[in-house]
Amino acid sequence: MKVTGGRAVPAHGRDPILRMEKITKRFGPVLANDQIDLVVREGSVHGLLGENGAGKTTLVNILYGLYQPDAGRMLLRGRQVRFTSPRSAIRQGIGMIHQQFMLVPPLTVAENIILGLPPRRSAFLDLRRVEAEIRTLSKTYRLDVDPRAPIWQLPVGIQQRVEILKALYRQADLFILDEPTSVLTPAESEALFEIVKRLVSEGRSVIFITHKLDEVMHVCNEVTVLRQGRVVATLPTTETTPAALARMMVGRDVVLRLEKGPARRNGVVLQIDGLRAFNDRSLPALKGVSFAVQQGEVFGIAGVDGNGQTELAEVVSGLRRATAGRIMLRGVDVTNAPVRRRISQGLAYIPSDRHRFGVIPDLTVADNLVLKDFYHPPFAFRAILQPGTIRQHAAALAKRFDIRMAGIEQEVRQLSGGNQQKVVLAREVSGDPHLIVAMQPTRGLDVGASEFVLRTILAQRDRGAAVLYTSAELDEVLAVSDRVAVMFDGEIMGIVRPNEVSLEEVSLMMGGALRKPLLPPTEVNE
Amino acid sequence: MMLLESALLLTYLTAAVRLATPIGLAALGGVLSERSGVFNIALEGMMLSGALAGVLGSHYLGGPWAGLLVAMISGALVGVLLAYLSVSLGANQIVSGVAINLFALGITTFLARILLRPAGIEQVPAFQPVALPLLHRIPVLGPVVFGQGPLVYLMLLAAPVLTVFLFRTPWGLALRAIGEHPRAADTAGINVNLVRYAAVTASGLLAGAAGAFLSLSHLNLFTENMSAGRGFIALAAVIFGKWHPLGAIGAAFLFGAADAFQLLVQTFDLGIPYQLPVMLPYVLALLAMGGLVGRSAAPAAAGTPYRAEEA
Amino acid sequence: MNLRLAATRLIPVWAVLAALMLGMLLVRLAGANPFVAYSELLRGAFADLFGFSTTLVKTTPLLFAGLGVAVALRAGLFNIGAEGQIYLGGLGATLVGVYLHGLPPVVHIPLTLFAGALAGGLWALLPIVLRVTRGVNEVITTLLMNYIGFFLVSWVVSGPLMEPGAPYPYSRALDPATNLPVLIPATDAHAGILIALFLALLLHLLFARTAYGFQLRAVGANPMASAYAGMNVRVTLVAAMVLGGALAGVAGAVEVTGLKHRLFEGFSPGYGYDAIVVAFLSNGQPLGVVAMSFFFGALRSGANIMQRSLGVPVAIVFAIQGLAVIFLAAGLAIQRRSLVLELLRARLKGGATTDAHVEAARHDAS
Repeated sequence: MKVTGGRAVPAHGRDPILRMEKITKRFGPVLANDQIDLVVREGSVHGLLGENGAGKTTLVNILYGLYQPDAGRMLLRGRQVRFTSPRSAIRQGIGMIHQQFMLVPPLTVAENIILGLPPRRSAFLDLRRVEAEIRTLSKTYRLDVDPRAPIWQLPVGIQQRVEILKALYRQADLFILDEPTSVLTPAESEALFEIVKRLVSEGRSVIFITHKLDEVMHVCNEVTVLRQGRVVATLPTTETTPAALARMMVGRDVVLRLEKGPARRNGVVLQIDGLRAFNDRSLPALKGVSFAVQQGEVFGIAGVDGNGQTELAEVVSGLRRATAGRIMLRGVDVTNAPVRRRISQGLAYIPSDRHRFGVIPDLTVADNLVLKDFYHPPFAFRAILQPGTIRQHAAALAKRFDIRMAGIEQEVRQLSGGNQQKVVLAREVSGDPHLIVAMQPTRGLDVGASEFVLRTILAQRDRGAAVLYTSAELDEVLAVSDRVAVMFDGEIMGIVRPNEVSLEEVSLMMGGALRKPLLPPTEVNE
Repeated sequence: MMLLESALLLTYLTAAVRLATPIGLAALGGVLSERSGVFNIALEGMMLSGALAGVLGSHYLGGPWAGLLVAMISGALVGVLLAYLSVSLGANQIVSGVAINLFALGITTFLARILLRPAGIEQVPAFQPVALPLLHRIPVLGPVVFGQGPLVYLMLLAAPVLTVFLFRTPWGLALRAIGEHPRAADTAGINVNLVRYAAVTASGLLAGAAGAFLSLSHLNLFTENMSAGRGFIALAAVIFGKWHPLGAIGAAFLFGAADAFQLLVQTFDLGIPYQLPVMLPYVLALLAMGGLVGRSAAPAAAGTPYRAEEA
Repeated sequence: MNLRLAATRLIPVWAVLAALMLGMLLVRLAGANPFVAYSELLRGAFADLFGFSTTLVKTTPLLFAGLGVAVALRAGLFNIGAEGQIYLGGLGATLVGVYLHGLPPVVHIPLTLFAGALAGGLWALLPIVLRVTRGVNEVITTLLMNYIGFFLVSWVVSGPLMEPGAPYPYSRALDPATNLPVLIPATDAHAGILIALFLALLLHLLFARTAYGFQLRAVGANPMASAYAGMNVRVTLVAAMVLGGALAGVAGAVEVTGLKHRLFEGFSPGYGYDAIVVAFLSNGQPLGVVAMSFFFGALRSGANIMQRSLGVPVAIVFAIQGLAVIFLAAGLAIQRRSLVLELLRARLKGGATTDAHVEAARHDAS
């Protein structure tokens, strides 16, 4: 018997450490978890695979005590448990590493790790002892973290290790990792997989949530596939293939099949030279970026989130100051020009967070559709609004883009995410813009909505617009783009054609380990 | 001549410390509240209710200490109200605070009229300065700091105690975490709303004590709206002091010094209209907010209610 | 959905009613019969000519200042500085009235109003500039400006502008050409109320029908998305706050030129703070501000009679106002919470929205 922190743990074997039986959870009309069975064997890495919204996070939040199930039961080490808060789950040895880190930026690593723990000896914090303990743990698991560093100074990969240390410090033996590689470079991901293997070799168990098929095959012993709140299948990874898993995940053969004709390129629309800028934390985010985008092409920006893509899009759109360099839009210098100037030069912007930046949730659909144009004719004459024209315009757009809603006077806040994105698209695209800056336009959307967005963007490209496209989904970027720039640490590592480069090379570029020449826009003789 | 000048300086400094006290006490409460993520505009109302409650307590329950207790309780009750509105209900903290101040002004004036005047209550037993033995013999510092009333000592004691609490205990750590990243604290097993309730109520205790100072130490009676905006200066002191207890009372001293300067002017009829030095603390506070303090120091989650089941 | 909208509009009414009910308790405490007290209140406010004129007089500054707070509110700003802006507005009008002579009323009166607006607007400028350039919270800065403004006027009125030989601080008389016409003879009721009503209508049209009103609403609802759509958020915020300050400034100007024709120390018994209550309770709608300010003007006017005949302190009105806003804040919060919970049930936690589920649910429901 291995005794850990007062809990008796069965001898290392293949007994299930966790059994979740017929777990059901409803949020209003939506059935997030529908009678889910999950069995995690001790000392294994159990994958939880599914698309966005399949119910994976809900399930583990129930396990972690953040939610209560409507039905079903959980057995931890053979004993039935019910967690009313994370505290009780933590006490029973469950540790969760969330997708968005639960770390308090101004506090140090040590302070974050002991947050919420009752004092050991006296009523006062003994940070020195905690720091020493962390150093030991850190060394044992080769996590290399400085316990005195404040979180905000640490890169994302290291922050994730702090999260793992947090769980280790609380003597967790069941770890839940929720999409852990979404913020890591391929190299950091490999390091994470090593850590996972080490944890498991000591008899701990890991639930690994992901939507990436190759990770499942690479890291997990078993996998449970969820779709729309139900378990599709549970099987060892040795007995399946990525294609089979993908089919189970989506329910049909999914290949990102985009009807894409050859690019019809023309003159240069966007010219970027030596662009520099700072991010919100006053650190350099763009370190001299240069490229050009032509009419009729999709120019993709690939890279792990946080390497400057967001800042690049913001500088191009006018939401962030460039500290050096030049932006030419259709031959006009718009570096640091106000947003409206760029809009009148033909810029359209689809932001990554539609709820915060794309729409005004409290305003109606009609209002949102004229957000860029309400102040000039035909929507306003001498500053007086023309409600009739606005309504007509809105109705026409809603029809053309198939926006599902109760009416154009409905508040956008009540629309689904996919339809909200349609509102954004409709507004941005309907003016036949010359340059579309699309920032992760399919984020948080289901397959159907994503396809719509991608088709719309490709249609614009065929019409002759230039598209600057960023996405965290590498497959998507590679499928949609005619040329791709890979960004790492504020620089472009290379501009390549998707069909002329291997996935490995792209991965290396994303991790900063490879540079390739910057492919210029093609000379066109049309 | 020298003797006169040094006596003047001593009087001035003593007044400065004394006048800093209500601001300092309230500011300490403000630090707690804001560090936990609740923007407490209602310090003014808490102070005012504490002032009235203090007078009533002192008169009916036998002396200033009873008055202080009642004052602190009343301030705490206002704190519970604010906490209920902003934490449990998630109402806009600014609107709630302004409303509470308005209500406090109205209710204290109203109650003063119907409770104090008919009963003939005017001057009540108040705190007398207590010179701490030995300590007050220290040249300069002695009489200025250690010859004051008990509430001044309360403030001087509370500041380091709160500092230790915030930075050296697990509960202080939890409080700070909640003000910066409530979700992280929640998943670490901390009851965010409970801690916020506690912090806001504690701020009420301190602001109530500040009010008691006004009516039981500074003066020994209650006048309408006697807080006269000190609660807002306290807020400025919190910001000026970068949300640190010691910084907050440091800022309070500054404001007290400006206030004391006004007395100096009046005593010596320096030919300056009294309004100008009276304005000085407010101008200083404005400058503090506008120029000298960066915004990044504020607790990140201050002002937004925390909802557990929200994305 | 319409029921909910109706309920939202009614929440302020519920809040006021609830406050009035609690007010009855307070009246009891003061030793009077609540029903008698409230009927005295109503009688005092409306039943006779003098009472009604007092109501008008008390409504006027509330309406101006309430509009001032409402404009800012629409842009998402909290103009707690209306009180200071009122004082500065009074000062501005007084300067124009005391130092300029020989102008006909048709010129002098607009000049005083303009001066008041200018002064009030300028007084609001510093807080809003600090807010847009340095992110300094405008609630505290405007509050501090209130006190500075009050003392500034106090100093001016006991110093440079003081009427020689005055027993207590008040300014020299303004040129009679600045006097606002009297509406009801032999009373204090002056034409200021008409100007205020006109401005309220103007503002209503501005908000509802113009591009500027649209921009104000957009910026107030979501400044980030508005910026992304090309609107200049900073300019919008500054303009809104300055306009708000100008309106409150006119309140002060009208108080001086309409009533005593001199600037008095402390001439505003907290109108600026009442205006906040009025604006919040009207949710920033100009026509609502008209209704609410009449209501509170009546309260104030009637409360005087109530105090005189029954001995219930006038301060009860402040308490009731405060309670009304407390109930309002609570009511809105509860309502928003139930709305949010409902929306949340259609979304899953954990980063992504389940559009498939939501869409299915929506189609099932419709």
